[in-house]
Amino acid sequence: MSNELEVSLYILLLAVPLGLELVRRVSPLLHTPLMSLTNAISAISVVGAILIAGAGDTPALSKVLGCIAVTSSTINIVSGFLITDRMLKMFRKKEGAK
Amino acid sequence: MNEAAQSGVWQAAYIIAALSIVLSIKWLNSPVTARRGVLSGEIGMLFAVVGTLLRHDVVEYQWILISFGIGAAIGAPLAYLMPMTSVPQLTALSHAFGAFAAALVGTAEYYKSALAGNAITGATMVALVVETLLGYLTFTASIMAFGKLQEIVPTRPMTYKGQNFVNLTLFAFALALGAWMIIEPAPSWVFPAFTGLSLLFGVLLILPIGGGDMPTVIALLNSYAGAACAAMGFVFGNRLLIIAGAVNASSGFILSVIMCKAMNRSFTNVLFGAFGQVQEGAAAQTSQKPVRSATPEDAAQILGSARKVIVVPGYGMAVAQAQHKLRELTDALVKRGVDVEFAIHPVAGRMPGHMNVLLAEADIPYDRLHEMEDINQDFSEADVALVIGANDVVNPAARHDKNSPIYGMPILDVDKAHTVMVIKRSMNPGFAGIDNELYYMDRTLMLFGDAKSFVGEIVKELPATA
Repeated sequence: MSNELEVSLYILLLAVPLGLELVRRVSPLLHTPLMSLTNAISAISVVGAILIAGAGDTPALSKVLGCIAVTSSTINIVSGFLITDRMLKMFRKKEGAK
Repeated sequence: MNEAAQSGVWQAAYIIAALSIVLSIKWLNSPVTARRGVLSGEIGMLFAVVGTLLRHDVVEYQWILISFGIGAAIGAPLAYLMPMTSVPQLTALSHAFGAFAAALVGTAEYYKSALAGNAITGATMVALVVETLLGYLTFTASIMAFGKLQEIVPTRPMTYKGQNFVNLTLFAFALALGAWMIIEPAPSWVFPAFTGLSLLFGVLLILPIGGGDMPTVIALLNSYAGAACAAMGFVFGNRLLIIAGAVNASSGFILSVIMCKAMNRSFTNVLFGAFGQVQEGAAAQTSQKPVRSATPEDAAQILGSARKVIVVPGYGMAVAQAQHKLRELTDALVKRGVDVEFAIHPVAGRMPGHMNVLLAEADIPYDRLHEMEDINQDFSEADVALVIGANDVVNPAARHDKNSPIYGMPILDVDKAHTVMVIKRSMNPGFAGIDNELYYMDRTLMLFGDAKSFVGEIVKELPATA
């Protein structure tokens, strides 16, 4: 096993329980915003999309697919964060009035 | 800038991005820090994007920037034009795009190597197979979930004999093709066939699942999309992708487990149970029983003279957008000295916390909202339990009828209240597709009509009945 792969596997090993712990304590009140936020974060695939679309040595087919992927993940980022924000704004208004 | 300094810059950006994303989920644990959490998530994403653009292996910007523009132009109206009641659908749709992106990246990476004549095999191909399989199936499954919630696709579970067998065989075929590509460079038809099977499997996976279970499924699909991103991280040797993807996968998974627990159902139940299609017979038996219905005047009279009213909102309230009228009713009743409380079932609506979001939108105070465990013992001292568009979460059959598909699910004990009022459009069964004996009880009054206009009429009748 290459060193690179080994390090990556260790990272995976640590990141998975971290995610479990982060969410376990969330109040049910925030489940919907949390789901919406994690949805936005899953658009991190934009990183791979940029790497494919922007590389110099990519054949035309891969480049086209890469650009569609960038568009697609941008839709996910923008709508994901905006909807989370919209939801939480309603909570803040409420807290301010209290 | 020389290459080493450039690497330093994007590596630093990636570390900040990873930290911001982890903190963002952590901060979303509490209403006080939630807004900071979203901001942190946005900063994390910004650093991830900018950091990637600064990498020396990214040399072409023009098409990327155009793609950003198109994506933002589609994404922003999507988030603003959909009503708040459509949050579950919107999440599913938004999600479909992210998963699609992950799958396309995998496809592009595969062809990049295949066209150059050195097909990927071994460990990298394992990651690539996982990425594309999960990406494509999450894409079609999310589209299906969107369709079911938007009621474009029938919400009822669609089942046929041997369905699980067909699905598992199909999945096994996809895995076999994947394994072939991992072991040796496969013929050119294998990858497209693998893609097709993954897409088809996503559709078939959702067909047997009823609309009521969609929120759990969306959380689970969220988890799959995260796993696809983590796999993508292995393909590119990109640790930011691994961290963000893995955190996302595990948090989505645990969230769907929490939701399953609230409904007292196991994962396999949700995915293969095809909940909701066996009890047609039971519904036919009981629907002939008489019910007592009442007018808005009757309802206003009873509510006006009550001391304690517990409101149980459900998805019907969300559909009818009745939360603002409900606030008016609450205000009017409180002014008359009535104690009005809200009982929120963990799975009321189509997502956990769905009701809280809508009631917060209508300015109903937080301290009147109570979770199931906190308020259930109060129903016996309530004069009125007002059920608005909720059904399965108040069905007493969950407590005693072992044959009921929702048997064992914790419910709100509204039947213990002195009077039960149910605002409902018709006698049609709810999402689970089962009849509700609550409606036939002697102390239950059925208020037939649209929740919004009905509550509005009750408010109008109230002053006259002082």
